[in-house]
Amino acid sequence: MSQTAQSSGENPDENRRDFLTLATTAVGVVGTGMALWPFVDSMNPSKDVLALASVEVNLSNIPVGQAIKVMWRGKPVFIRHRTEREIKEAEDVALNQLVDPETDDARVKKKEWLIVVGVCTHLGCIPMGTATGEPRGDFDGWYCPCHGSHYDSSGRIRKGPAPRNLVVPTYTFLTDTSVKIG
Amino acid sequence: MSAPVWNNKVVKWVDDRLPVFSMLHHSAYEYPTPKNLSYMWNFGSLAGLVLVTMILTGIFLVMNYTPHADMAFDSVERIMRDVNYGWLIRYLHMNGASMFFIAVYIHIFRGLYYGSYKAPREVLWWIGILILLAMMATAFMGYVLPWGQMSFWGATVITNLFSAFPVIGDPLVTWLWGGFSVGNPTLNRFFSLHYLLPFVILGLVVLHVWALHTVRSNNPTGVEIKTPQDSIPFHPYYTIKDLFGMGVFLIIYLYFVFFAPNFFGEPDNYIMANPLSTPAHIVPEWYFLPFYAILRSIDFEFLGMPAKLLGVLAMFAAIIVLFVIPWLDTSKVRSSRFRPVYKWFFVVLIIDCFVLGYCGAKAPSDPFMGLHGLQVITVGQLATLYYFLHFLVVMPVVGKMERPKPLPASISESVLKGGANA
Amino acid sequence: MRKFALTAIAAAFALTAFANTSSKAAEGVVPPAMEWSWQGLFGTYDRAQLQRGFQVFKTVCATCHSMRYLAFRNLEGIGFNEDQIKAIAAEYEVQDGPNDDGEMFTRTAKPSDHFPHPFANDKAAAAANGGATPPDLSLMAKARPHGPDYIHALLTGYEEEAPAGVEMADGKYYNHYFPSHQISMPPPLYGNDVEYTDGTEATVDQEVLDVTAFLNWIAEPELEARKAMGMKVLLFLIVLTAMLYAVKRKIWAKIEH
Repeated sequence: MSQTAQSSGENPDENRRDFLTLATTAVGVVGTGMALWPFVDSMNPSKDVLALASVEVNLSNIPVGQAIKVMWRGKPVFIRHRTEREIKEAEDVALNQLVDPETDDARVKKKEWLIVVGVCTHLGCIPMGTATGEPRGDFDGWYCPCHGSHYDSSGRIRKGPAPRNLVVPTYTFLTDTSVKIG
Repeated sequence: MSAPVWNNKVVKWVDDRLPVFSMLHHSAYEYPTPKNLSYMWNFGSLAGLVLVTMILTGIFLVMNYTPHADMAFDSVERIMRDVNYGWLIRYLHMNGASMFFIAVYIHIFRGLYYGSYKAPREVLWWIGILILLAMMATAFMGYVLPWGQMSFWGATVITNLFSAFPVIGDPLVTWLWGGFSVGNPTLNRFFSLHYLLPFVILGLVVLHVWALHTVRSNNPTGVEIKTPQDSIPFHPYYTIKDLFGMGVFLIIYLYFVFFAPNFFGEPDNYIMANPLSTPAHIVPEWYFLPFYAILRSIDFEFLGMPAKLLGVLAMFAAIIVLFVIPWLDTSKVRSSRFRPVYKWFFVVLIIDCFVLGYCGAKAPSDPFMGLHGLQVITVGQLATLYYFLHFLVVMPVVGKMERPKPLPASISESVLKGGANA
Repeated sequence: MRKFALTAIAAAFALTAFANTSSKAAEGVVPPAMEWSWQGLFGTYDRAQLQRGFQVFKTVCATCHSMRYLAFRNLEGIGFNEDQIKAIAAEYEVQDGPNDDGEMFTRTAKPSDHFPHPFANDKAAAAANGGATPPDLSLMAKARPHGPDYIHALLTGYEEEAPAGVEMADGKYYNHYFPSHQISMPPPLYGNDVEYTDGTEATVDQEVLDVTAFLNWIAEPELEARKAMGMKVLLFLIVLTAMLYAVKRKIWAKIEH
């Protein structure tokens, strides 16, 4: 509105905005800004959502070579019981061939179990390859049907538009056959 | 009102195509406003402030509210306990309803006292009454949403009012409910309309301001603006005055939000709705109490019409009568400041409305103000009688008979004479 | 300005009168007003008292009353740390499932679980309590006129004998402050119903005060945050409003009004 003030030329105090008016405006603007924060923050995850339980998964029913999906915080988590060959493939890849270089060791706690969040790092689709018979992509891992990203048997991005490897959630093995995710 | 010249190229480009800046300039900047407005003229902008607050808080509440009979109460408690600042947003909304009615009722009585409904402001006044009606509907439906005991039984009682109409009554009520009692379908439609109506109110407010800026603001003298000396530009004089009023108003409003958030509420609404058990004493929210008293005061048949129907008609008539007061008021002057007789009737009307409110809060057979032998229902009937007499008899008759005090020649003359304290 | 202030005061006064009349309408005997630590502009809860109150609640009240809005994680608000909360949760079993075999099972509770209900549903609760469902307690302090004062008065308001001329129904107890005076809940507290972990002597009065405080906390867990924020907001607004008034004076000084 300061534009209008100059043009209409009938406002005596517009040209000598004194300290008091400026200070009051500043305080008012700051106050309004702060008043907006509760509204913004109310859209962040609420306390009950943050407290959502972790999931415990029994691994004894997953045969070698197969994988399952479990829900954790509203997202699928892939748990794959890897074969010797898959483990070897994952370990043998040279780091300089990877888009997002990470060793297989850094991504698993027990070699035979790969646990990753099943959300493509490109735009959030669920990659295929968990259920038996689904396409696993060119690297024995997962294949994302949305835009053709290929993940290897360590969940690392190998081909396609996705920028990063599948995320490894925090988890702990409670026993040899039971894992707690989250 | 000369068209402003825009120096900023972008502003000018837009304004040449859609004159939003010119419109804002005319209506919020150079709008010639009487220089003698008192603080009673602050309540319009205050009501606008609350309307914006209500829409904003409402939109964020809906993000976490579940309009289902089985989940509504729990979802409100989740807002109160788990959602970040949910308690703040909900208490702002809850107390905002009361603040809205406080601002609007003062605004209406200001208009009544200073004759702001008289020609040429009839349409302005009508739109105002429509806003009040829309507010009442919105407030009523909003109160149902938490699905507490008062929500449920308030909805039951008020919707049952419509059963008073002959023939169509019962099917009408079933239609309103979407079932054979207040239930989930009722909650859903109330939620839908509660979200819709505030935007209708917003539209009506735009019309209200448009009409206001066409006929110009009334003022404490009731004398129209005659010379340029009578008026001052809206900005900065009334922008700053409105802002200061908002500061004071917010202090009061937020005091309730932070330190007495349930002051205006009923404890029963913190009990989940139970269709098998009615609370011992159902009372509407305070802002409906006078109308509730009028509704209940008709406990007799008349002209073959049952009391229930008459009560409903009387309650609606209490608002409808406001539409015709521009023609019921026969006085030559607007402002009650120059009406030595009517002024006192106006005071009686205000007291009458408070008495009605008191009666609405009490059980009909209670003693009035602890006076034995004087029942609330009796006082409520007398107060209802006066309410209608005031508009239908006092206004036309006193306007004709009263000799008003001499009016100042102009607004600026009254200001110079220090007439502002009259 | 003077007129404005007068109007505002008059409006506030009238509203107070209104609110009083409407809330008084629903009640029977007015409970005596108690001094609570959370009252007033600066009131806060006494954590030790809340923990004692929780002990009374879980030992005595929870055998019949549910507390649907209490999750174990909320106990942080009465001063328990994460390990203590886990330990408390572990004392309870909750239903979970279905498991991979499609069956519901029970497991020990976790902090994210809600406090288990004593009965499967309201009907079961009513059946076990002579036809009267013990009400949920999570909002009791807000759901009755005079909230905490009422709870305190009710818990201490039992009388051995109904006054002469009052016909008591079967299985009812005479309570001075209950609206109908005939309450289905037997006197719940006798003194030494719990052994306080902090060594406080568990007299009936002490237990009642503590459990009332706990019930007020679970009804208004946001109270402390609300008042603290309110203080800051009001101080800010008072400063801003004073500044706006000064600007207003300055601007209006230029014209006759």
